[in-house]
Amino acid sequence: MDTLASLANGFAVAFTPTNLLWCLVGTTLGTAIGVLPGLGPALTIALLLPITYQVAPEASFILFAGIYYGAMYGGSTTSILLNTPGESATIVTALEGNRMARSGRGGAALATAAIGSFVAGTIGTLGVTFLAPVVVSFALAFGPAEYFSLMVLSFVMVSAVLGSSSVRGLSSLFLGFFLGMIGVDIQTGQPRFTFGLTELLDGVSVVIVAVGLFAVGETLYVASRRYAGRDEIVPLKGSLYMTAQEWARSWKAWLRGALIGFPIGALPAGGAEIPTFLSYAAEKKLSKHKEEFGTTGAIEGVAGPEAANNASAAGVLVPMLTLGLPTSATAAIMLSAFQSYGIQPGPLLLTTQANLVWGLIASLFIANVLLVVLNLPLIGLWVRLLKIPAPQLYAGILVFATVGSYGISQSPIDLVLLYILGGIGFLMRRFDFPTAPVIIGMILGPLAEAQFRRAMTIANGDWTVFFTHPLSLTLLLLALAALVAPRIWKVIEQRRLRGQEPIPGDA
Amino acid sequence: MTSDDDYAPPQQRLAMPELMIGLGLLACAAVTLWQTLAIPVSPMYSKVGPTVFPYMTTAGLAVLALLLIVAAARGGWQPEEEKETPTDWKAMGFVVAGLVANAALIQPLGFTAASVVMFVLVCFGFGSRHPLRDALIALVLALAAYFGFARALGVNIGAGYIENTLNVVVDAVLGLRN
Repeated sequence: MDTLASLANGFAVAFTPTNLLWCLVGTTLGTAIGVLPGLGPALTIALLLPITYQVAPEASFILFAGIYYGAMYGGSTTSILLNTPGESATIVTALEGNRMARSGRGGAALATAAIGSFVAGTIGTLGVTFLAPVVVSFALAFGPAEYFSLMVLSFVMVSAVLGSSSVRGLSSLFLGFFLGMIGVDIQTGQPRFTFGLTELLDGVSVVIVAVGLFAVGETLYVASRRYAGRDEIVPLKGSLYMTAQEWARSWKAWLRGALIGFPIGALPAGGAEIPTFLSYAAEKKLSKHKEEFGTTGAIEGVAGPEAANNASAAGVLVPMLTLGLPTSATAAIMLSAFQSYGIQPGPLLLTTQANLVWGLIASLFIANVLLVVLNLPLIGLWVRLLKIPAPQLYAGILVFATVGSYGISQSPIDLVLLYILGGIGFLMRRFDFPTAPVIIGMILGPLAEAQFRRAMTIANGDWTVFFTHPLSLTLLLLALAALVAPRIWKVIEQRRLRGQEPIPGDA
Repeated sequence: MTSDDDYAPPQQRLAMPELMIGLGLLACAAVTLWQTLAIPVSPMYSKVGPTVFPYMTTAGLAVLALLLIVAAARGGWQPEEEKETPTDWKAMGFVVAGLVANAALIQPLGFTAASVVMFVLVCFGFGSRHPLRDALIALVLALAAYFGFARALGVNIGAGYIENTLNVVVDAVLGLRN
C-alpha cells in the first residue's frame, strides 16, 4: 500500500539518531511546559521559532510535534495534582482527577491519563496517517473560491462556535486579522496599517503576539489576582499501577474518548474542549459507578476526556498538514514555521515534502512511546517542577519572553509592542475573550485574503463566484448555519420555557 | 451549551468596565478605518485592491464593538467570580515597573542586567521578599538563556558589559577566538 510505504519511509527519517534526539528533547520539554502552569505549547513553539533558521525542517518539526504532544501529557499531571487546568482542554480532567488525587488515588489517575493518552494518541496518529491522503485527494479539487469559503467556515467554528461567546470570539479573530495585515501587502507592495513606522513594514511577528498574549498577559493576570485562593498540590499517593478493576473501567473509556476526539479534532473546526466535555458526559452516563462522579473521583472521568484530548490534538494535524488550515493557536504557530522555511502547507505538501510530513507523522508514534516512559516512571521529577514558586516562575517566563521577542531584531520597539499586546492579553483574559482566535486570525487571515483576491481575479472581479461554485456555496451556508443556528435554537428554547405558544414554521 | 451571549442578569445596569472594552474596540475600528484610508490604491488594482480586506475588518470590528456595547448596557458579561476578586494593583504595578525597566535598560546595559532588574521587581510584585536571592537566580537564568539562545541558536539578544566579558572568557576557554 502506498500509505504504508510512505510511513515506512517516514520511520526511516524519524529513526536517525539526530531526529530521535530532537524527538526526545521535544517530548521532555513539552512535558515540562505542560506541567508548569502559565506555559503552553503555543508559547513554547513561538519562543523556539528561531530554531528554524538553524536546523533542517524535519528536525524542527519533530521537535515541535514532540512539544505539542508532550504538553498534552504534562497538562494532565497539573490538572490532577494541582486542580489548575493548564489549558482549556484539561479542565475536565481536573474535575475527576483532582478528586481522585484527594481521595488517595492520584497514582491511578495519572496512570490512566498517561496510558489513555498513549492509546488515544496512537489511534489519533493512525487516523492522521490514513485520513491525510484521503483529504488530500479531495482538496486537490479545491479552487481559490472553495479555499476561501472553507477558511470562512473555519473562522466561524474556531471563534464563534467553540468559545463561550460568539461576539467575543469574533472580536478576537478580527483583532488577529488587523495584526496580520500590518506590513507590506504582498500583491501590491503597499504598506498597510504601519502608522508610518518603518519597523512595522515587515509586519508584526507571530512570536511577539503569542508571547505578548500568552506570557506577558498571563503574568499580569496572575499578578492581578493574587487575592484569589491559592491551589494546593495534592501529594502523590497510591501506586502508579492500576488494579485489574481500574484497567477494566479505563480501556473502554480510552477507546470511546479517542473515537469522540479524533473526528472532532480533524474537522476544520478543531478545538479540544468540546470532545473532552462530550467524552465526560458520555462516561458519566455509561458508568456503573455514578456515585463516584463528583465525590471521590471516577476513573472513567479521567480516562475518557484525556483520551479525547489527545486524539483531537492528533486530529488537528489533519487539516493543518493537508489543507494548511490551522485550527488551534499551536497549529497556527507551526504553520508560521512552515512559512519560515518557505514551505506553503496545502494538499501538495504530502507529495512535495514527503520526507518532512511522513517523518513528522512517524515521529509522533515514537513521541507517544517516549511520553509514556517519561510520564509514568519519571512522574516524581515532574511533580517536583510543580513546586517552583510562582514569583520565580513568572519572572522567569518574562525573561524568556524577552529573549524570544528582543532576539527578532534587537529593537526596544519590539519590547514595547510586546508589552502593549501583553496589556491587551491581560484585558482579554480578565474579560473572558478567547486568545487563540487572535493567533489563528493573524496567520490565516492573510492566507484567506490571498485566496479571496485570487478567486476574484480569476472571476474577473465577480463577487458571485463564491456562491455559484456549489462546494463553495455549501461551505458558506454551513458557516452561516453554525453562526445562526445556536441563536435560533436558544430563542425557541426560551419560548418553550416561558410557556408561550410555539409559532408554527419558526425555525 | 456554552453560549452566554444573551445572559440577562436580573438588574439591567450599565456595566462600566465592559462598556470601556466595547468603546476600546470601537476606537480600534476607527484606527483601522483611518489607516485603511491612508493606503494608496493604484487604479490598476481597483478591482480587489489592498483595501478590500481592511475595509471588511473595519466593518467587522465596528459591528462587534457595537454588540459589545449593547451587551455592556444590558449588565455586562463578567462572571461573578471575576467581579468579586479585587484586582491587586500593587502586584501589577511592580510587574509593569519590571517590564518598563527591562525595555528601558536592555539597550544601555544589555540583556542580562536588564533581566535581573525585571526579575527582582516581578518577584517582589508576586510577594517574594528575598531580592538578593532572586537577583542571583535571575543572573544564572539570564546567562543560561543568553548563552542557550545567543550561542546555540545564533539569536542575537542584546549584549552588554556582562555578556561581552563572558563571551571573551568562553571563547578563550573553548579556543574559538576569531
